[in-house]
Amino acid sequence: MWMSELPPFVPFFLAALLALVTRGPLRMALMVAAPLLGGLHLWFDVPVGTQLVVSLLEYDLMLMRADKLSLLFGYIFHIAAFILVIYTLHLRDTLQHVAGLVYAGSALGAVFAGDLITLFIFWELLVTSSVFLIWARRNVRASRAGMRYLVFQVSSGVLLLAGALIHYRYTGSLAFDFIGLENPGGWLILLAFGIKCAFPFLHNWLTDAYPESTPTGAAVLSVFTTKVAVYTLARGFPGTDLLIYIGAVMTCFPIFYAVIENDLRRVLSYSLINQLGFMVCGIGIGTALALNGAVAHAFSHILYKALLFMSMGAILYRVGNINASDLGGLYKSMPKTALFCIVGAASISALPLFSGFVSKSLVMSALLQEGHTVVWLMLLFASAGVLHHAGIKVPYFGFFAHDSGIRTQEAPRNMLLAMGIAAVLCILIGIQPQYLYALLPWEVDYWPYDTTHVLAQLQLLFFAALAFVWMEIKGYAPPELHAVNIDAEWLYRKLLPNRARRIYHVARDVSQTSAAAFYRTTNAFEQAVMKTRFGRFHLAGAWPTGSMVLWIAVILGAYLLVDAIH
Amino acid sequence: MNWQSVRPGEIDVEKQEEKQYLLDNPRNVTLLLRVFYAVCGLLFVLDFIFHRHATYDWEQLPGFYAIFGFVAFVLLVVVAKLMRKLLMRREDYYDVDE
Repeated sequence: MWMSELPPFVPFFLAALLALVTRGPLRMALMVAAPLLGGLHLWFDVPVGTQLVVSLLEYDLMLMRADKLSLLFGYIFHIAAFILVIYTLHLRDTLQHVAGLVYAGSALGAVFAGDLITLFIFWELLVTSSVFLIWARRNVRASRAGMRYLVFQVSSGVLLLAGALIHYRYTGSLAFDFIGLENPGGWLILLAFGIKCAFPFLHNWLTDAYPESTPTGAAVLSVFTTKVAVYTLARGFPGTDLLIYIGAVMTCFPIFYAVIENDLRRVLSYSLINQLGFMVCGIGIGTALALNGAVAHAFSHILYKALLFMSMGAILYRVGNINASDLGGLYKSMPKTALFCIVGAASISALPLFSGFVSKSLVMSALLQEGHTVVWLMLLFASAGVLHHAGIKVPYFGFFAHDSGIRTQEAPRNMLLAMGIAAVLCILIGIQPQYLYALLPWEVDYWPYDTTHVLAQLQLLFFAALAFVWMEIKGYAPPELHAVNIDAEWLYRKLLPNRARRIYHVARDVSQTSAAAFYRTTNAFEQAVMKTRFGRFHLAGAWPTGSMVLWIAVILGAYLLVDAIH
Repeated sequence: MNWQSVRPGEIDVEKQEEKQYLLDNPRNVTLLLRVFYAVCGLLFVLDFIFHRHATYDWEQLPGFYAIFGFVAFVLLVVVAKLMRKLLMRREDYYDVDE
């Protein structure tokens, strides 16, 4: 069809430009065409090994490097972009349409970048485009959350650039291949990727900003940023032991927050970190099976997480509220959305026959093979935890639980279509995993559907669900409350501002008292000088000609002296 | 006439329009739960019939995954509830100073 070297971000950027000047059905057609044609082009015309290098100011930028790893992320990003474009068709908001297209295009640009400078360029484009999906909510909370998001993301970009330059000094290469932790540049780059991948203590931009974004924006955001980070970790740091433990912590700590969080989109944000943990863990193990598991999990995760965010976005769009405490009984007015949400919940819980099961099993099996017993138990605990917040809490408190009395309409048709496509794909991957496995970058012979896996997983999930039923009936379940739970963001939203304010007050007092003392002293000195014979040469106050002449003579003398020495 | 007598009309309208939904009927809920309990029981029994390949001996214990799932879930909720005592603040906690 076309030249195979066409970088995949080009159609998206073109569509974004055209979306600026078009409206109505024409813009809709353009927006659907970009991921559809781009995706078909990538699938049919771009073989493994395709490269495109562009020279810019004596520097070679590798804009396109297609291998099995980048192609896998390329495919899923096109599928997700296609679904999300349909999901946002009802909007009459140029800002969100354009920002969404640039954002998706930048993610593709980052995934196909062959060198660290190209990666840095798209890394920054990802940030500047995505923040508008938060600001498009157009309220004070969103604009502040967007600023905090920006600070985190821009720091990540700065670290990436600094790391890349240091890495270049040590290795003499800017190619984006295995980086490792041999030199300080590698550490900086890992930190940059870690911010984007929501490592513990660097994660708050995610749980802070995603729930403040627009109803459709959160679904779009959930797909790209963090999965670009997973891709870059899989390429730059496979087999880095540290990542196993970071990943294990990531799977475990967010689930506690998810249990007590009221905002259902924030619950999903915590759950997003939990799922990233499984991928980071797989990358840390670094065997072919584990790496396949990590990227396969990213693939299926994108679909079911977007599906869950889409269903919550539909509620927010129709009801204007997404707090678990205020919802309930919505299956009566939004039955289709409820059904799609349940499919997403079953997938994220890794129920057999759904997509999460076929990808998570790879990581879990790899952990057992490599003998990481404690980490395996942590991930097993997290798997039961996923069932609580994402598998049960999100659909249960949104659509069932106690009838809140809210009666509304079913989601708009374009939203239903988008959720429907995502739900079908979740089930398709779940029952026919061989198609996904065939796309995986490394050669592995694996099949998840054997008695051991299916039985163990079903027992784990059903008895965890039994615990939920038991606690719900007995009244042990934590009530849904309007509240804020302190997380690491407390450091920079409470502690540091309070400390800074206190330091500012102290500094202000000190400067005021010391300034007063200073003026007292200088005034006294001045008066003493004025009383002597030199008093008439002072410059302040009146301007007698005599003192001017004297000082000019002094300056000229000094100038001559300097000139002579020179 | 009491001014409130205008308002109960809304409730009457609601009662007329509101149809009986699937889970409004307690019998359906009970049935659903019974099926769920039966599936749980069945899954537990299956552990004694099928052989699971296990990496560790303790993984081989009958009902290992079932008990793990149940305990993990309860532990998670209990700890999270305790965390609330330490971490929970008013909804406008961050909005006050900003």
